[in-house]
Amino acid sequence: MKIVEKEFAVENDFPEFKAGDTITVHYKIIEGNKERIQQFRGVVLQRKGSGTTETFAVRKMSGNIGVERIFPTASPFIQKIEINKRGKVRRARIFYLRKLTGKKARIREKKF
Amino acid sequence: MEGLIGKKIGMTSLFEEGKNVPCTVIQAGPCVITQIKTRKKDGYDAVQLGFDEKKEKHCTKAELGHFKNANTTPKRKLVEFTKFQTEVNLGDILNVEFFKNDTWLDVRGISKGKGFQGVVKRHGFHGVGDQTHGQHNRNRAPGSLGASSNPSRVFKGMRMAGRTGGNQVMMINIRVMKIIPDNNLLIVKGSVPGPKGSFLIITK
Repeated sequence: MKIVEKEFAVENDFPEFKAGDTITVHYKIIEGNKERIQQFRGVVLQRKGSGTTETFAVRKMSGNIGVERIFPTASPFIQKIEINKRGKVRRARIFYLRKLTGKKARIREKKF
Repeated sequence: MEGLIGKKIGMTSLFEEGKNVPCTVIQAGPCVITQIKTRKKDGYDAVQLGFDEKKEKHCTKAELGHFKNANTTPKRKLVEFTKFQTEVNLGDILNVEFFKNDTWLDVRGISKGKGFQGVVKRHGFHGVGDQTHGQHNRNRAPGSLGASSNPSRVFKGMRMAGRTGGNQVMMINIRVMKIIPDNNLLIVKGSVPGPKGSFLIITK
């Protein structure tokens, strides 16, 4: 029965990405009555949930401060997602990245 | 109030006008009219609806006869509705489209049982005193139950610890977000009492 209501899930054409990848999220923000598109570029920490309730968390370093944002995958505000790098990580959820700084916080790129 | 019997399927969230809205999926119907009670015969006017299939071997002979009168298969849940405005006949089947013109509904159900709970969870007491300054084991205590030698008893109805949940709860004016007639699904905004799979009474 639950599957049935997934039928009206929003179709989106985002590329596949996993934890460890560096992505840029283009999302719409509304200020008063003006609309503009903002980018958020960072490392994917996790993907969580399924269907209409799926979310993903992106972390970036803004100067010295870590900024994390959680986006619902079904959000109508996300215009597009670009993949900048494919990271090589062993875990599906890389929260250990929060504690690391500098050289240690680098993620090895996936070789194809 | 006229309405239908339903079953809670589960919760999810949907985007509506740019907002992520929590919502509950309810299977409402198909309900069969199993009996029409009249003032002349039964002393009051009501319509009895049946919902959810049941095996014949789990029925008593009296039940089987009752369902046979309405010309249907045995049903698990029977509920009476008074003041049914829609004209119905014995054996008619009602499904979600019954609600297609409604935006606000009331939903009744049995809330989740929580067992024997203290006074903080059960009645929203705040416990006694501070957490620090030498204080111990009073954090979730109820405090005083009343005065001393006058009246030298505890008044009736004093709120204390005990069985919590498992009561009938009615949610008034729940907004209908969407109706899927193919599967008799009703999607409403917010939560609804009871665990998944429990019966609900949905009224207009």
